[in-house]
Amino acid sequence: MSLLKSIIRFFFMKLEGLFDRIFTPAWNPMYCLGALGYFYFWVVAGTGLYLFIFFDTGLTEAYDSIEYMTNDQWYLAGVMRSLHRYASDALVIMVLLHLLREFAFDRYRGGRWFSWVTGVPMIWMIFAAGITGYWLVWDTMAQYVAIATTEWLDWLPIFGEPVARNFMSVSHLDDRFFTLMIFIHIAVPLILLFIMWFHLQRVNYAKVNPERGLAIGTMAMLLVLSFVEPAVSHGPANLATVPGTLNLDWFYLWVYPLIEETSPAAIWGFAFFGTIFLIVIPWLPPRRKMAVAQVNLDNCNGCTRCVVDCPFSAVSMQRRTDGAPFTQEAVVDPDMCVSCGICVGSCPTATPFRRRGELVPGIEMPELTLARMREITEQAASDLHGNSRIIAFGCSHAIDPDTLKQDNLGSVVMPCTAMLPPSFIDFVLSRDLADGVLITGCRDGECHYRLGARWMDERLAGARDPRLRKRVDRDRICKVWAAPSDHKLLQHEVVAFADKLEKLGQGDVVKQVKVQSGSGDVKEPV
Amino acid sequence: MMETAVRYIGQGVVYAVFAATVWYFSLSPTYVHLGPEKAVIRLTFAHAAKHKGACRTLSSKELMKMAPNMRQPRVCPRERVPIYVEFDLDGKTVHRASLPPTGLAGDGSGKIYKVFPVVAGSHKIAVRLRDSTRQTGFDYKAARDVILSKGQNFTIDFKAPMGGFIFE
Repeated sequence: MSLLKSIIRFFFMKLEGLFDRIFTPAWNPMYCLGALGYFYFWVVAGTGLYLFIFFDTGLTEAYDSIEYMTNDQWYLAGVMRSLHRYASDALVIMVLLHLLREFAFDRYRGGRWFSWVTGVPMIWMIFAAGITGYWLVWDTMAQYVAIATTEWLDWLPIFGEPVARNFMSVSHLDDRFFTLMIFIHIAVPLILLFIMWFHLQRVNYAKVNPERGLAIGTMAMLLVLSFVEPAVSHGPANLATVPGTLNLDWFYLWVYPLIEETSPAAIWGFAFFGTIFLIVIPWLPPRRKMAVAQVNLDNCNGCTRCVVDCPFSAVSMQRRTDGAPFTQEAVVDPDMCVSCGICVGSCPTATPFRRRGELVPGIEMPELTLARMREITEQAASDLHGNSRIIAFGCSHAIDPDTLKQDNLGSVVMPCTAMLPPSFIDFVLSRDLADGVLITGCRDGECHYRLGARWMDERLAGARDPRLRKRVDRDRICKVWAAPSDHKLLQHEVVAFADKLEKLGQGDVVKQVKVQSGSGDVKEPV
Repeated sequence: MMETAVRYIGQGVVYAVFAATVWYFSLSPTYVHLGPEKAVIRLTFAHAAKHKGACRTLSSKELMKMAPNMRQPRVCPRERVPIYVEFDLDGKTVHRASLPPTGLAGDGSGKIYKVFPVVAGSHKIAVRLRDSTRQTGFDYKAARDVILSKGQNFTIDFKAPMGGFIFE
């Protein structure tokens, strides 16, 4: 399984790197596959509403009304029909890529099982909506799909009479059938929409809309395709004959040739066991869960920053229980916490400057406490010499800075770079532990914990609490978001950063803080 | 400026490749469901066979054992016999099956839905069905010489009230 993941991950990273250059990280479609899926869904829904105005539910009227839209009103209804089809097809591609990517990058386990599992019925709903859509056209392909579907359903021992008998001849079918089909074709996407809402319940700041530039680009692509190659029907359905050669939509209808090649039972087995496999895969095999974030009420003032920054809605505010003079306290839901540590980076009490008493912030990770982080940082700095000493703070899902084999570089690795409170950078530079600080982590837009890179960027830019103090010399900070495949890029950036630090010279370090050593008091700089 | 232009051209290429993929697989490659020289015979029906046992009248002793509101003098078993069907094509039996009654109590219809792709042209068709407790022979028989055109969907149905097999 891990080999398979590595192979898929390799291709994704190569493609993402290429798209970063072509689209820029903000518009990179690989970073918003889910959002693009939502976008295509809304295109399908919007165009479907328009098509519904002209669609006629009748044995011959269904086909005739679609022919009218395609030929007589080609400039609007015809384009809408094409958009409806092509956006549906693009939706299948997005869902497949989204699923593969989350699988390859191991983003479906632990606290993320909920989004994965709720995604499984969405696959069924998308196919049900697409297939019923093809029935409505009532051309020879619809006839083929209708008969093949009912023959497949008839394998289930739940029908008193074979359902496929409804398509024996025209006399067995009436207009009500199309009323039923349009009802199903509308009801299924509504159920899908409900599950789509459910799918994101444990995702904070879910990205449901692609960036405007990407949305415009993809919409323009669909429009051009709709004008150049408009969707058309086969000939009208005729139950006295059997459809021979068909231009199948392989995104939705691949299953029917497969049924013919194997058997209905085999495909039911595939569908059933495939669904079960997808549902249980987040627990296959069970993995050791890192200890979840822990709230220390003695240092929690209920500021809500951890709640705001948690990417998975695992922290909530509840009424104070310890009698402290604050109205609320942070509470961690262990089932939803993925142990990323981003909450630690957001906590205003997480400052390494504190010397009096034990260094315990309001919220922290038991397996990598803040005190331990300070210890590792000081230890890493102790071996560095010269004018280009670098302390690198990295995340365990991107490149381990230790592998850079760079002289004069000490590293501190965390579950996510955003676990690092910005005050640590200040601490390193003001205490002269190093000449520069390197911040590295997952590539912008594809952070393993979704929001780590974004929050870190905003904290360093002073746009998000806790902010990096203005007094910190920005020339001595280097930030490189790099995927594991960007090893050379990071190496190159580190060398350039070391050269820059060398030129800046140690004497340029502005030391504005004078902490009385041994007093234990935190002397916040002016 | 130049870099931006190159990026937009690159995006155009990516969109074009994506659009071509969507377009191609939305209707290609073509799929041949039924060969051009072929036709199809469908043998399909749902039919309720005779009950397994005959109705009988309860004795007064048996009736007295029952609750007053349940005392019906005549009872009939619900379970039906399986339907036995044979289908001959051009003098050869190509399908024979025993169709059990549906339903938890075995009192529903027996059903069949079989598809036989054949070469278009002349064919001799014969079907036989047994839906009673008899052990040998058949309750219904039908035979027909048919000329099937290319792509024709020929159906053999069965409706006892209409005399048995229906060819359409």
